[in-house]
Amino acid sequence: MSAPPIAEPRISGWGRVFGPGREVVSEDIETLTKSATLTRGLARSYGDSSLPHPADGVVASTRLADRILAFDESTGVVKAEAGFSLLQLNRTFWRRNFAGPVAPGTQFITLGGMVSADVHGKDHHATGGFGSHVSEFRMRLADGDIVTASRTENPDLFKATIGGMGLLGHILDVTFTMRKIASPWVAIETERMPDLGAYLAGLSEAAKRFPFTMGWIDTLGASGAIGRGILMRGRWATTEEARPGVPQPLIRPAMPFVLPDFAISRFTVAAFNALYYGVHPSTVRRKIEHPETFFYPLDAIRNWNRLYGSRGFTQYQCVIPEAAGADGVKSFVALLQKTGGSSMLSVIKDCGDEGEGMLSFPMRGTSVALDLPARDGVQSIVDTLNAHLIELGGRVYLAKDRYTRPADYRRMDPRVDAWLTVKKKYDPHGRLRSAQSARLELT
Amino acid sequence: MKVVTLGATRGMGRSLARLMAARGDSIHVLGRNADDLAKCAEDLRARGAKQVSTGLCDLMSTATFAPAMDEADRALGGFDTVVMSAGLFASQEELESDRARAATVLTANFTNTVLFCEEARVRLLARGGGHLAVFSSVAGERGRKPVVLYGSTKAGLSGYLEGLDHRYRAQGLITTTVKPGFVRTSMTQGLKEPPFAGDPDDVAKTVLAAIDRGAPVVYAPSMWALVMMVIRLLPRAVMRKVKF
Repeated sequence: MSAPPIAEPRISGWGRVFGPGREVVSEDIETLTKSATLTRGLARSYGDSSLPHPADGVVASTRLADRILAFDESTGVVKAEAGFSLLQLNRTFWRRNFAGPVAPGTQFITLGGMVSADVHGKDHHATGGFGSHVSEFRMRLADGDIVTASRTENPDLFKATIGGMGLLGHILDVTFTMRKIASPWVAIETERMPDLGAYLAGLSEAAKRFPFTMGWIDTLGASGAIGRGILMRGRWATTEEARPGVPQPLIRPAMPFVLPDFAISRFTVAAFNALYYGVHPSTVRRKIEHPETFFYPLDAIRNWNRLYGSRGFTQYQCVIPEAAGADGVKSFVALLQKTGGSSMLSVIKDCGDEGEGMLSFPMRGTSVALDLPARDGVQSIVDTLNAHLIELGGRVYLAKDRYTRPADYRRMDPRVDAWLTVKKKYDPHGRLRSAQSARLELT
Repeated sequence: MKVVTLGATRGMGRSLARLMAARGDSIHVLGRNADDLAKCAEDLRARGAKQVSTGLCDLMSTATFAPAMDEADRALGGFDTVVMSAGLFASQEELESDRARAATVLTANFTNTVLFCEEARVRLLARGGGHLAVFSSVAGERGRKPVVLYGSTKAGLSGYLEGLDHRYRAQGLITTTVKPGFVRTSMTQGLKEPPFAGDPDDVAKTVLAAIDRGAPVVYAPSMWALVMMVIRLLPRAVMRKVKF
């Protein structure tokens, strides 16, 4: 089928910072991946990890290859094609009292992406990353061969692929175990925290009692209280607590157009944060909540990434190791203020132990995520934050990154060399690559 | 519902079959690739279908239609609904330059689709009626420059389906003509996306609601009903000038 060629096709991740490239799709994932150098799912990674290398220009999308290949009701084990999304998992299995093994912040992600980024969620301190719940996957390697990877079969490939940003091979299908739940509703508590110290203490206290913890903080601290915020904690509701019936999919209005670039400014961000904090009652709020509302607040508006205007935005997400303590987190947030960066949504949560994935992002400590408009100063803000992050012993999340420099990345993640050994074993000619792998010299 | 489908291994037909599965319908999936059918069946089972069976049937081979329908009838213990979403697409440029390809698309989308529907018609009428839902296209509404050949197959198909609905609705055979606008599927990839493009899962919801209420025609996404109303009213002199 030949359509009139569109001049210089451009493509982006969720952050809407565009680069050259286009997407091809097919229901037939084995054919789709035959000549591909990179696959992506629903393109929710923020930066350039799902963008093709400029010389390749094409990325294969698995979003139509989304069949469930097997499901065992007695164990909760599912095998599905790489394009199967968390949205479909929730819609299909919540009503049968199963949930995904981890609780990330959006449900518009696919199994292939969940493995490649080893996604984590509000429950990382309790359940680890997605990779911990995967028993095996089938992959098409750079030479075209299709192999199975698991903890016993090609274990090096298995571990390098979890969190390996799709650079070891094209994931075709994934076998993983869901969590059995008493009901698909969630029992939640939300509480205002006056400052960052209280927030961090609240987070670690909540982690002892709740599988799901997270929260939003105000990084501007217009009131002088750096890092005041709203802490949220939750758990699956018991049968007695559950609301009647199964949660119906929520209606989701779309952001119909791209806002002008000035819409997100220091002023509007401060106003948003003050409002968000201000409307929450000063006492602890408890309720039984719709799972979509609790787990995916940002999914409520489709295309919310259009808020950031035509130039887009980046999310800076890093993990600060436990050893750096609360002071490390505080100094980091203070530094953000000093750089002049204003983040509308700043999410801070706990991370548990490092997983098996050789390049997996989480480590025991505190994860900080900041949304930064992609404006002229964004590279220097990221450089400044990275310099401090390296001192603290932390690292950034590749699924969000667009601006980290290769030398900084090496300094923050010494595991790269071991990963590269495996990469070279399975892809000696460096055929599988992305715009990000080229930028970070992961070849 | 007890549904027979042709075209449910891909695209909008797949999304529709999944919705039917999720509400516990019984589904017999027809298709030409046994491996695809087996995977499709497992997918529908996992999504909640009451019963799933499969059978080989090829839109390009009319001899397969009757036996496939009979097998479906046995597997389902008598079906009450037939959904036909199989079809071929190629650009006007490709169809103009490749006569064999043009013949295949014309045959598949009109002659063979109608013959498949005829097999469904006699069986449904024999049991007092039922639902026949067939995917045509907004491309059949007007003769238009980018879809002269493809559009003509859909125009013919829509004409057949409308006649069928007029002739047999009183006898219980409810025919629904599905007219998708631009939908993001593998069939339309690479085409320039017009406004109001839809996703197959959203289209499927609209279509299933139309089948349930016995609507004779459904546009999906619904906005295309308005778009096509305008296009139907445009004078020929205007249609000759515009590119769409």
